Amino acid sequence: MSRPVQAQRLEGLDKNVWVEFVKLAATYPTVNLGQGFPDFSPPDFVKEAFVKAVSGENAMLHQYTRVFGHPALVTILARFFGKLLGQDIDPLTNVMVTVGAYEALFCCFQALVDSGDEVIIIEPYFDCYEPMVKMAGGTPVFIPLRPKTPAPGKLMSSGDWQLDPAELASKFTRRTKAIVLNSPNNPLGKVFSKKEMEIIADLCVKHDVLCFSDEVYEWLVYDGKKHIRIASLPGMWDRTITIGSAGKTFSATGWKVGWMFGPDHLVKHLRTVHQNCVYHCPTAAQEAVAQGFQREFEHYGKPESYFVQLPQELQQKRDRLVQSLLAVGMKPIIPEGTYFLIADLSDFKAEVPNLPDCEEPYDSRFIKWMIKNKGLAAIPVSAFYSTAQKRNFDHLIRFCFVKEEATLKAAEDILQQWKLKKTGP
Amino acid sequence: MLFVPQRFLCLGIRTQLLKTVSSLRSFRFSALATMASKHKNAKRIEGLDSNVWVEFTKVAADPSIVNLGQGLPDISPPSYVKEELAKAAAVDRLNQYTRGFGHPALVKVLSQVYEKICGRKIDPYTDILVTVGGYGSLFSAMQALIEEGDEVIIIEPFYDCYEPMVKMAGAKPVFIPLRDKKAGNSASSADWVLDPTELASKFNSKTKAIILNTPHNPIGKVYTKEELQLIADLCIKHDSLCISDEVYEWLVYTGNKHIKIATLPGMWERTVTIGSAGKTYSVTGWKLGWSIGPQHLIKHLQVVQQNTLYTCSTPLQEALAQAFLIDFKRMDDPDCYFYSLSRELEGKRNRMAQLLQEVGLKPVIPDGGYFMIVDVSALDVDLSDMVEDRPYDYKFVTWMIKSKKLSAIPLTAFCGLETKEQFEKYIRFCFIKQDSTLDAAEMILKKWSKQTA
Repeated sequence: MSRPVQAQRLEGLDKNVWVEFVKLAATYPTVNLGQGFPDFSPPDFVKEAFVKAVSGENAMLHQYTRVFGHPALVTILARFFGKLLGQDIDPLTNVMVTVGAYEALFCCFQALVDSGDEVIIIEPYFDCYEPMVKMAGGTPVFIPLRPKTPAPGKLMSSGDWQLDPAELASKFTRRTKAIVLNSPNNPLGKVFSKKEMEIIADLCVKHDVLCFSDEVYEWLVYDGKKHIRIASLPGMWDRTITIGSAGKTFSATGWKVGWMFGPDHLVKHLRTVHQNCVYHCPTAAQEAVAQGFQREFEHYGKPESYFVQLPQELQQKRDRLVQSLLAVGMKPIIPEGTYFLIADLSDFKAEVPNLPDCEEPYDSRFIKWMIKNKGLAAIPVSAFYSTAQKRNFDHLIRFCFVKEEATLKAAEDILQQWKLKKTGP
Repeated sequence: MLFVPQRFLCLGIRTQLLKTVSSLRSFRFSALATMASKHKNAKRIEGLDSNVWVEFTKVAADPSIVNLGQGLPDISPPSYVKEELAKAAAVDRLNQYTRGFGHPALVKVLSQVYEKICGRKIDPYTDILVTVGGYGSLFSAMQALIEEGDEVIIIEPFYDCYEPMVKMAGAKPVFIPLRDKKAGNSASSADWVLDPTELASKFNSKTKAIILNTPHNPIGKVYTKEELQLIADLCIKHDSLCISDEVYEWLVYTGNKHIKIATLPGMWERTVTIGSAGKTYSVTGWKLGWSIGPQHLIKHLQVVQQNTLYTCSTPLQEALAQAFLIDFKRMDDPDCYFYSLSRELEGKRNRMAQLLQEVGLKPVIPDGGYFMIVDVSALDVDLSDMVEDRPYDYKFVTWMIKSKKLSAIPLTAFCGLETKEQFEKYIRFCFIKQDSTLDAAEMILKKWSKQTA
């Protein structure tokens, strides 16, 4: 073929941090604090629900279900989130189930972003937002969260990273179609406050911009913080698609069940994309997730609720990892939410030379060295930044702490050994 | 404002007011238009919102209706398949992310199965992509390889998603119909053929790909080697790709052989072959499929995957891998599910054909797949009181569902606009149904034929 065989929409989209680093972590023996997935089991009640669904008498759970979402699942999602938002949510027109939150994001961009549209992305961002905007022909417009110096004696928190309101306002133009909001934020762990959300909401309303709100870590908030759903703010329901994930909610990332809800006049376009892209989602896992949500609906707010227990457990793991990192001289940024933690490499930078002419960001090279030499995997934070900003944030690495005790202990040991080796006998 | 005499002032003010009102109105209109446009869909999905399945599965969801419409097996998948899934779900790490382009155990066994069939080496990591059903493979192939300015040849009737997917990729669908060489009297899917000259005329320098579906849905045609060679020759001549939808590959009936176009000379390097767990193991609700082809094509589908859904379900892929291992080991044995399912379905096919013949209809006996089309014009049902402007088969199926409690799918759902007249007297039945469903269908058809006698 004289011209490239592949479509132009794929231009520049071939690199992917996960494909690269997941492969590496699998190739070398590592304590894996890289990719975001639990190394412990989903809770028994969802596992049991899944086993029941696949081995029960109802063989039809192995066949196609409703295209836009298994009835039992969309019904409970509508009820559950309707209550949380104080909004009437119709299971058939306001909710759609997708193959993970990833597909929900894909549907948002394909359905609503056209060539010439601008989409505001807050940095650092979950890396897929940028290529998805580009694949839809849109133009990503970036705005960074800017770190403020914490109060003396206090550790830096994800809450110290903030948007400059004037700078944000300047990013909204005639061409702005949507803003992508991710709270709690991956990789930083920031939980946007109500005030911060109101600033974003006001601009959305003023400029009539849509909001794609990625809330997959909605249950993972610490220190008594509250997760605010931007769709519940005045004027926002009509312009927001809210995205959730069973993978993060029930610690079952391999099930790839996600969902979104929003006003019918927007969701209908996402339905069109979905029916032309995957059409159905697998049935049995949807049934199991429905059972999971039913159980959580009944236990909402109670101590035995998984949505109460998981963040409690993870907060302890967070604190433990923070201590481990402080003890060896890596500077952690305390996340208010999610199961990720960013640490500044600081003293450890001596291990890997800085090569100013090298195209590959420093943190990426550092982690590759760390995987091969220390058997510890993490993810380079520069992967979550636009090309223009990668160099400014290439001294940070992201750790995932949704891991069992043994894994966190093993990581701690590696870090301790490392420090000893550096400081010498 | 200038001072003007009273009379003129009044006029002036009125004009001014009119101008202000009209400019306010136009401001409001343009503001509304801008506002409306912000919530408007992207151009790529314009006109793609309707979908025959969404419509007809809703209608047929009523349990009192005997559902021979959507390709939904109501037979049970083999027990070892279900058991493997239950086993997989009990393993902690199998509930978490696996490799994006396909779970290692699955791509390995797929490469083994297909190496045996194709007689060539297939690299599990570079030549295979696991997708969300055969549907997901079709989408990935189109998004990876098709764009604006391209033409894609679609053979009619076609599985309905091909057209909207081609359009969503920005390309132009070019249709060519299968023609009944018995001129309305066909008794077999083999009677439906492509006219070689007509086919050749559809290829030009813009033809990026042709979509092939064998065994064919809805007719059940199993393309012969000669027919495939015809298509292959044109692909090579025009340097076009072939997207070969072979989801029904195991379902071929006595006297027929499924041939992979990718195995013809010059075709491996330009073909993406699509398969489906749903059709292979009667587990449509697992939504797992795969694309197999040369690295230089599959790598682009992999890029689409990493930007659309990243990865497919882990426990399902593990279970599928284990099931495939079981059947790979007995691929030379008639007990292999790939062959035993086909034998089971041939019996159902024959029964379905007989039921329809007894009612005075002439079904087109399929050589493969689990669908059968039949010309219903002989029943001469008067649908003139159905006002809506839809083809005869749509109206017929709607009426049949309502008054006979039997569902099927109208064939024009599988055609482009130009050929609707050619196909609107046909409806499609699905026969991958348990005996009790076919019994119920038999009762309805017998009663029906008594009424028309």
